[in-house]
Amino acid sequence: MAVPVSTPSDAVSGHTRDRALWGAIMLAPYVLVFAVMVVYPVAYGLWIGLNWNSYRALFADPIFLRTVFNTIVFLFIAVNLKFAIAMVLSGFFVAQRAWIRFVLVLFILPWAVPSIPTILSFRVMLNPETGMVNSQLFQWFGIVEGPGWLTDPTLAFACSIMVHIWKSLPFWTLILVTGRLAIAQDLYEAASVDGASKWQQFKFITWPSLATLYVTSTMLSMIWTLGDFNSVYLLTGGGPGDLNHVLATLGIRYMRNNNLDLGIASIIVAMPLILPMVYFMVKRLSKAAE
Amino acid sequence: MKKVLDEGKLILIAIPVLLWTLLPIYHLFVLSISSQESMLAGKLWPDAPTLQNFTIVFKQQHYYLTNFWLQMFNSFFIAVATGMITLFVATFAAFAIARLKVKGGRTIMNLALATYLIPAAFLAIPMYKAMGSYGLLNTQTALILAMVALASPYAIWVLKQASDKLPKELDEAAIMDGATSLQLFRLVYLPLMKPSMVVIGIYALLLAWNEYLYAFLLLSNEKAVPLAVGLGLFLSADDAPWNLLMAAGLLYAIPPAVIYYGFRKNMVGGLTSGAVKS
Repeated sequence: MAVPVSTPSDAVSGHTRDRALWGAIMLAPYVLVFAVMVVYPVAYGLWIGLNWNSYRALFADPIFLRTVFNTIVFLFIAVNLKFAIAMVLSGFFVAQRAWIRFVLVLFILPWAVPSIPTILSFRVMLNPETGMVNSQLFQWFGIVEGPGWLTDPTLAFACSIMVHIWKSLPFWTLILVTGRLAIAQDLYEAASVDGASKWQQFKFITWPSLATLYVTSTMLSMIWTLGDFNSVYLLTGGGPGDLNHVLATLGIRYMRNNNLDLGIASIIVAMPLILPMVYFMVKRLSKAAE
Repeated sequence: MKKVLDEGKLILIAIPVLLWTLLPIYHLFVLSISSQESMLAGKLWPDAPTLQNFTIVFKQQHYYLTNFWLQMFNSFFIAVATGMITLFVATFAAFAIARLKVKGGRTIMNLALATYLIPAAFLAIPMYKAMGSYGLLNTQTALILAMVALASPYAIWVLKQASDKLPKELDEAAIMDGATSLQLFRLVYLPLMKPSMVVIGIYALLLAWNEYLYAFLLLSNEKAVPLAVGLGLFLSADDAPWNLLMAAGLLYAIPPAVIYYGFRKNMVGGLTSGAVKS
């Protein structure tokens, strides 16, 4: 009867079993949260969304049609404008100076503070009658009837886009700054020696180096912009006259008016646009985590 | 000479950037120290700056602010609970996926990432409905669960990347010595993961502190709502005392701003490192 000696290989095979068990136990809390908070709600939503009549009602609603148009315009302008500005500003913030680092610290504020006080501050400031903007226009330029920032439908929509950009610009600028910092500096030095202009340096060094990051970022920003409820709801509530809703605020509005079917349907309508992007981004982020 | 010109150009960019960034924040501050009349006149600087708004907020002497301190506490409680539960869930999940290489771990992480990417406002509607089925509507539990579900995917993703950076040899040596998975977790993983865990805890905490939409959908009892929803009630007033709202809003905005500054390098690092690498 030999005394069993524990060898390293025993330890390893014992460990394999132990690993499978503990792996399952440790993953369980998230799987539970995911099942309860994501899988069931989404399945339930899809089940409600199977009702064909909802879509008929949805497309018969002029507010919905207007909202689809708004959402596309909002996405197109907000994302492109945001990234054009972020691209320029990232070039500014890359300059290594102490005072620029201080400007960066202030520049992050909109992203860091909650939406409620800041977007409501915009709302009061832009009030055509009593707001600071029009009062100052009168003070300095004698303009008695200032623009109806939040009463004119087009202007109000533009202001929502402005607020959205104000809030999300710092984050994406930082992302592009990080991207620029990863570009080898000697490329620029060599280009300078060869007499390349600033614009040529951007065109032949910066842009090609940042292209992938730019595409990934614009896509992610597009998905998140689609879900921006606060910039529209807190500034104008989708008004004036429900002309300025985006899908995010309209879905919630349907739901709060006890019209859950339409709320769900209005989300499902956006899925053909969202899902390919989500799929692409998951692959991207998953690869990044390798 | 060229140096001076360059500096001049940079300053010419800096001025509009700062004006644009700080104007609404400055306006928020001006309103918070303005009287009602001065506010309605849209002054650049109030006639007689006053701290009276803050006194009213502190003493809860206004109809909209009767539960100010309670709501501040609710915000705090919901944020801390979200931070801690997210940390618990994500630390275990990341360990199981990255170090124990659990079967199906990759799939779960990809599904989690999809949750992170779906626009939050879109997920809110089915989630609200589900909370109704669970009988959790109008409880803080519902909001905390929702925030944990929203914060966990990014948390798992960041923690997985961090734990992939830990040397494999540590685990191998410990396994040779007959260490169990639990011992690996406690003795190898946890001590080395502390820095990333701090960042993730703060990320989840701030996400919950700043959240408006989910709080406003899932909670309505004014004794249970966080401050974001309490302040949102000002929207329903015709002639809202905006100066009071801004004073209260300033108090609500200071904690996250301070925390962000303490940790801003780490907060941005998480998302960008992955983005830049690919």
